[in-house]
Amino acid sequence: MSARDAILARLRAAAPGVAATSGRVLDARIDTHYDTRRSQAGTAHDPHTLAHAMQAALTASHADVWCATGDAWPAQLAARLAEAGVRRLLLDPARAESAALARALPDTVAPVPFDRPIDAWKADLFDTIDAGFTVARSGIAATGTVVLAPDAGTPRTVSLVPPLHVALVHASTLHPDLHAAVHAERWHAGMPTNLVLVSGPSKTSDIQQTLAYGAHGPRRLWVVIVTDSAARPAATAREDLPQ
Amino acid sequence: MSDHTLHFVAPGDFKARARAALDDPALRRSFRGAMDFLQGKRATQFPDDAELQQLRDLGEAVRQHALAQLPALLERLETKLTEAGVHVHWAETAADANAIVLGIAQAKKARRVIKGKSMASEEIELNHYLAEHGVDCIESDMGEFIVQLAGEKPSHIVMPAIHKTRGDIAELFEAHIPGTRYTEDVDELIQTGRRALRRAFADADIGLSGVNFAAADTGTLWLVENEGNGRLSTTVPDTHVAIMGIEKVVEKLEHIVPLSSLLTRSATGQAITTYFNLISGPRRDGERDGPRELHLVLLDNGRTQAYADEQLRATLQCIRCGACMNHCPVYTRIGGHAYGTTYPGPIGKIISPHLLGLDATADLPTASTLCGACGEVCPVRIPIPQLLVRLRTEANRKPDEPVAHPLRGQGANYTRAEDLVWRFWSGAFAHPRAYRAFRWTATRLRALTPAKQMGWTQHRTPLEPAPRSLSDLLRARGQPE
Repeated sequence: MSARDAILARLRAAAPGVAATSGRVLDARIDTHYDTRRSQAGTAHDPHTLAHAMQAALTASHADVWCATGDAWPAQLAARLAEAGVRRLLLDPARAESAALARALPDTVAPVPFDRPIDAWKADLFDTIDAGFTVARSGIAATGTVVLAPDAGTPRTVSLVPPLHVALVHASTLHPDLHAAVHAERWHAGMPTNLVLVSGPSKTSDIQQTLAYGAHGPRRLWVVIVTDSAARPAATAREDLPQ
Repeated sequence: MSDHTLHFVAPGDFKARARAALDDPALRRSFRGAMDFLQGKRATQFPDDAELQQLRDLGEAVRQHALAQLPALLERLETKLTEAGVHVHWAETAADANAIVLGIAQAKKARRVIKGKSMASEEIELNHYLAEHGVDCIESDMGEFIVQLAGEKPSHIVMPAIHKTRGDIAELFEAHIPGTRYTEDVDELIQTGRRALRRAFADADIGLSGVNFAAADTGTLWLVENEGNGRLSTTVPDTHVAIMGIEKVVEKLEHIVPLSSLLTRSATGQAITTYFNLISGPRRDGERDGPRELHLVLLDNGRTQAYADEQLRATLQCIRCGACMNHCPVYTRIGGHAYGTTYPGPIGKIISPHLLGLDATADLPTASTLCGACGEVCPVRIPIPQLLVRLRTEANRKPDEPVAHPLRGQGANYTRAEDLVWRFWSGAFAHPRAYRAFRWTATRLRALTPAKQMGWTQHRTPLEPAPRSLSDLLRARGQPE
């Protein structure tokens, strides 16, 4: 008998078969818990309020975060990048936001596309890129979390290998909490190969419980919350939120 | 365990190691300080007890719901992952799991493995096994890296190097990392660790990780971390191998929402960790990074033994937050290494007997005051004290006594003398005449009680029958017996 069959046979011999709580009851209990928490908190869930909650949570997690209008952010961010001494910035020129940023960059900051498989330029990626720019799929206000769905243009390592990660999130895509995000974005309907929730710069407390930043991932996280962008497709089906 | 010997595990010497730990003031200071810190951090995350209790109810319900249909969920997870191009392997024992990982490494002609944190890989002592076969494993979690440099095992499941002071680590880094000067500055130490491991991520052939949760409905592996080493290990190398205990699967991705919140808040007192890394498949065509090959090893290693028994099955509800050890008066005083097992503290005492057999771990369930703190903080409401008592019972049961679900090593603490004493005692209690005769004799002959009563009198005054029994006293007051 294969290991698989042996393990499954042992489990089957003992499994009660029927769960004590039915799936539907359990789902309802989870939804009720989070719905109640949200209504008890009493805060509105408009983009403006969520943006402020997001900013507060991210600041507490040692990220640099600011709100900006759709017109103003590219120039603001470009100036900050130049000021921070960033010379090579990883971004996806095919994205509207990245293209807007690239247009605003001064000559000292060179936009670099991730246009080859990682194996073709691993050493360069690790050694010569100062910052990576990502556009978040959405954000989670309660915990100050940006939700990244890496793709061909913005692969997983953009938010991971360079010492500075800059994430742009549209206020219209903010969810109050993880539970709301999972439902509104219908995660059960299918997940990308990788979905990453980032809630601060890389950190560790492994030496005598002393907090230190920049363990293995980015030392610094900047988050730009764009406040006046019109509702975007990524803002998703909110009717799916359990009431 | 076939040809592979486990190098560190010698839980049989538990009492001697506990004694040595108690006599080490520096170690006790380290753990006292660290546990106070972690208890405080957790408390700040749960200011509202009603919310905590509701969340614990949900956590327990999610885990029990998953365990009730575990075989079906494992099959569903396997199907979903296989559809996504993941290779799913099943391992009955530690040796099987090691052989599977080595097989993958050999097929890829891999020489270097970079590891994210994985307690399952500690449990099977994968590093040693791969090293014996010419494959280098480098631990990349800062705590694990420190412990590996020191040639030790983790002393805590969440904070592996919690027993080390910054001075210890400064010395280690100075001795082992070329070009490093002695410094107790934590930022500088962390940057040294970062530099030392940077190249290892880029050069590794295989990245190895654990798994915190798996969702059967979407076929998603959910990894929780702060450092980014887990993401690097599962993203940069061409092959990613994840190892997971079979109990970690839940039915739906959305069920992980309360679990992940309970985990980070209970473990390190964080509302959320820096990274939740949700992996649902290898690199697809057109994607430019991520592993081209993804393997998942499903590990039994004794878990099905716990599963077979309805009461002991609760052991498998564990989400490995470590809150039970952070709140355990025994763990706080002796530290993690004294246990001699991969999982120390209360959770270690109830899971290790299934992984290693009661014969190797019979003393562990007795290393508890049954104060109940572990059960009170457990985010998924595992009745740890009750399980400790149950395991004591199994360890003292007659080895050949037939029971419905015998545990490996049943009766490891059984002695004929103790058995006789209890038989005599229960016989005396069951027969009033015999009991009265015993009482009469014991109260009259109390002067003959030995002053030395083995373990009891090591720290306590001798036990001695009272001059008059309770029923004599009651009779003297005119009350019937």
